Amino acid sequence: MSPLSLPIAELARRVQAGSVTAEAVARESLKAIADRRGLNAFLHVSEHATLEHASALDARRARGETLGALAGVPIAIKDALCTLDAPTTCGSKILAGWRSPYEATVVSRLRAADALLVGKTNMDEFAMGSSNENSAFGPVKNPWDETRIPGGSSGGSAVAVAAGMTLGALGSDTGGSIRQPAALTGTVGIKPSYGRVSRYGLVAFASSLDQVGPFARDVPSAARILAVIAGHDPRDSTSSAAAVPDYEAACQRDVRGLRVGVPEDYFGPGLDAEVADHVRAAIARLEADGACVVPIAMPHTRHGVATYYVLATAEASSNLARFDGVRFGLREERPGSDLGTLYDSTRSAGFGPEVKRRILLGTFVLSAGYYDAYYAQAQRVRALIRRDFERAFAQVDVIATPTSPTAAFPLGERVADPLAMYLADVYTLPASLAGVAALSLPVGRTRSRLPVGLQLIAPAFAEERLLSVAAACERAAP
Amino acid sequence: MPERWEAVIGLEVHAQLLTETKLFCACATRFGEEPNRNVCPVCLGLPGALPVLNRHAVELAVRAARAVGCALHDLSVFARKNYFYPDLPKGYQISQYERPLATGGHLEFEGEGGRKRAGITRIHMEEDAGKNVHGVGGDSLVDLNRAGTPLIEIVGEPDLRSGAEAAAYLRALRDVLVFLGVNDGNLEEGSFRCDANVSVRQVGDAKLGTRAEIKNVNSFRFVQRAIELEVARQVAILESGGRVVQETRGFDHDAGRTYSLRSKEEAHDYRYFPDPDLPPLVLDPALKGGELPELPAAKRARYQALGLTPQAAQVLTGHPGIARFFERTLALGASPVSAANLIQTEVLRDAKLHGLDAELGVTPEQVAELLRLTEAGTISGKQAKEVFVAVAGTSRMPSAVVEERGLRVVSDEGQLLPLCQKLVAENPKQVEQVRAGKKSMLGFFVGQVMKQTGGAADPKLVSALLERLIAEEKT
Repeated sequence: MSPLSLPIAELARRVQAGSVTAEAVARESLKAIADRRGLNAFLHVSEHATLEHASALDARRARGETLGALAGVPIAIKDALCTLDAPTTCGSKILAGWRSPYEATVVSRLRAADALLVGKTNMDEFAMGSSNENSAFGPVKNPWDETRIPGGSSGGSAVAVAAGMTLGALGSDTGGSIRQPAALTGTVGIKPSYGRVSRYGLVAFASSLDQVGPFARDVPSAARILAVIAGHDPRDSTSSAAAVPDYEAACQRDVRGLRVGVPEDYFGPGLDAEVADHVRAAIARLEADGACVVPIAMPHTRHGVATYYVLATAEASSNLARFDGVRFGLREERPGSDLGTLYDSTRSAGFGPEVKRRILLGTFVLSAGYYDAYYAQAQRVRALIRRDFERAFAQVDVIATPTSPTAAFPLGERVADPLAMYLADVYTLPASLAGVAALSLPVGRTRSRLPVGLQLIAPAFAEERLLSVAAACERAAP
Repeated sequence: MPERWEAVIGLEVHAQLLTETKLFCACATRFGEEPNRNVCPVCLGLPGALPVLNRHAVELAVRAARAVGCALHDLSVFARKNYFYPDLPKGYQISQYERPLATGGHLEFEGEGGRKRAGITRIHMEEDAGKNVHGVGGDSLVDLNRAGTPLIEIVGEPDLRSGAEAAAYLRALRDVLVFLGVNDGNLEEGSFRCDANVSVRQVGDAKLGTRAEIKNVNSFRFVQRAIELEVARQVAILESGGRVVQETRGFDHDAGRTYSLRSKEEAHDYRYFPDPDLPPLVLDPALKGGELPELPAAKRARYQALGLTPQAAQVLTGHPGIARFFERTLALGASPVSAANLIQTEVLRDAKLHGLDAELGVTPEQVAELLRLTEAGTISGKQAKEVFVAVAGTSRMPSAVVEERGLRVVSDEGQLLPLCQKLVAENPKQVEQVRAGKKSMLGFFVGQVMKQTGGAADPKLVSALLERLIAEEKT
């Protein structure tokens, strides 16, 4: 049995016991990555560094050292996270080949837990997209059907796990960028509560929404990665000082008596019937396990897309200003050209069309005369969406919804229609705007064998509860 | 300026806070390092780097706000001011906008017609930009050592009425910040910078005229001059029936004029919004209490109460290092007036003042002992000068020098009397003048005795002897 088919805890146990070497795991992972190169999931593979690191781990074990929680576990890193031994491009031409002089906190934590950091994964440029077609380095393909998208923006990370190249991956989720590709690739993806995981070293898209989170093939494996990366970081002022509980232990709890809220607002027009059936069936299984299903109302859900695309683009327009060709990354310069021309030509050549669209949108909504009508108004609606969740969580323990309105759609289908593309995240945006904890886990396949995801949402910092319900769902799967 | 016009001036001051490290990262704030040395991912604005607020900067900003009577806000918000410039690494400056740290204070200062008071609208915290260096072999270079240095911006009400008044306000504000230990008051190095908003209106008008903002003037004298020139320019426009245009102007000292930098239409839309990387600043209640250092105005009043002249009090509060020296000398038992005199005449002659540092060459201990020796009559004033020179720059104490050189006031009447008798005998004309009531001529005789004793004679005794001799001769 390939070590790559094991749950993470089991693989780490075997590496620690010496029944499998980290080097053998590294070789298998690198081979799988090479074999599935056609999926375009990786932008950089750290072959040499991974093998060296694996041998070092084996040597430490041989000396009797106790290795970390992710001993010898191959993990892929979304290319939005800064790494020292691999380039960080964020899927953009403007950062092509850029090497960060520092490392993201989450990457350091994985390293400290003895994970094998095999490479950097493809993504929508600057995490802006829901299909991975906005990567400057070509789209990622869905391993279940290579003519279809894997979801985005963390599509490469989702595919690395779904196609068995790694056991885990880190993604980032701003409005659904972990949950939606998890749903479309049949993996587990967690968007932690805002502030649960450090953002230091995550190239910012929308700072008030961005969170780093894990992908894995099962809930306890995802829980283990989350436990490693979560916790306060003095370098991130928005990271919470709250203690990190035992997420893996939470996966063992049962759900008897837990109240599961089902908002009808998430099951309206636009939801694919097959997806709806699978999601309702999963909720029914939870009920059969002793959970109590409660219909709830989330009336401001319908404003989620509009609110998100005002706030996220506003923040992005400012966050992306630093890509100006002066200090790092692409610099388009002609002799004698002035400063304005340097900015114009660098940013024109370096950013793709979706990034430009969002910078323009974001610049507009912050402009004098429009700020109140757009940015300030969207902040008010964000407060209402947050209140929807507060009211719901006064009644129920978790909320269950579809993750994505459809299964994976064909490559190219929505490229020319940004609004249709934006609707792919309609169910994931509200939890991001509210800053609460959410995840997606696979609950079935469509008749064309495409995965369907269930989204579970819990209050901020109630990841334990979220994982208990998700693990119960996973155990109850037919 | 024709009398019917009135100038209206408000100043915006940027003062660098005296922290060891930058506002949002751990880089040093030292001035004068090699370019791009004090930088890190945060102040370079590298992708993924995040700001973390410097607590000491908040403490200093709060101190400044309290000293000028501002209301401190329990909650203030950092915002992003967005614009592109090579010295601004993130493409935005982190500042405070809608919700500043403090509002509504005032500053008292000595104006032309006596004590004046000007309002302070607000004080907010922000980070400094880096520095562009132009024309290096045809290139422009960027030095980001200064990027991220903590500043407070102190926005003044338009309560000032002349260039001279603006300069006086600015001096008083600098003194306050320097005595608080908040800022080093260094205009030349740019750690204390000023923009002036200037408009004119007809006397009696309640409405303000259209204003021009003069940017970054780097000395008190230049501020006064730039404002005077700008007021004259605006009055000339209005007198000739024209209209003042709202714009930003620069100051060219050599040409003696202000000039247009950009008009209102070219002004940036900074697209301020709350910085999502920084939670709102909630003030620690402990920061709001506690005693503030004594401010220069209070010090001056106290020194005058000790018997110092207003001028002496002004000189001794010109720099916190000098005030500290004076107060320490008093604490060692020196009398205020003689300590003040010695500090002004001797100590300050070779003082080196830079920022908050004062190199004074001697210690309060040395000065206090020297004053003690002089006042006890152990050595003369002339000898005191000699001793001062001998101890300056060394760790030797005056008593040791006096001992070693055998310095003593000659107060032996038997030794001084023959000298005085001889002088009186040799200078009958001068003696006559003294007798005729020309008291100052007595000084001539005292001076001669001092000269012949190498300054060692006790001048009081000499004076008494001479007066007696001259009076005796008459009878």
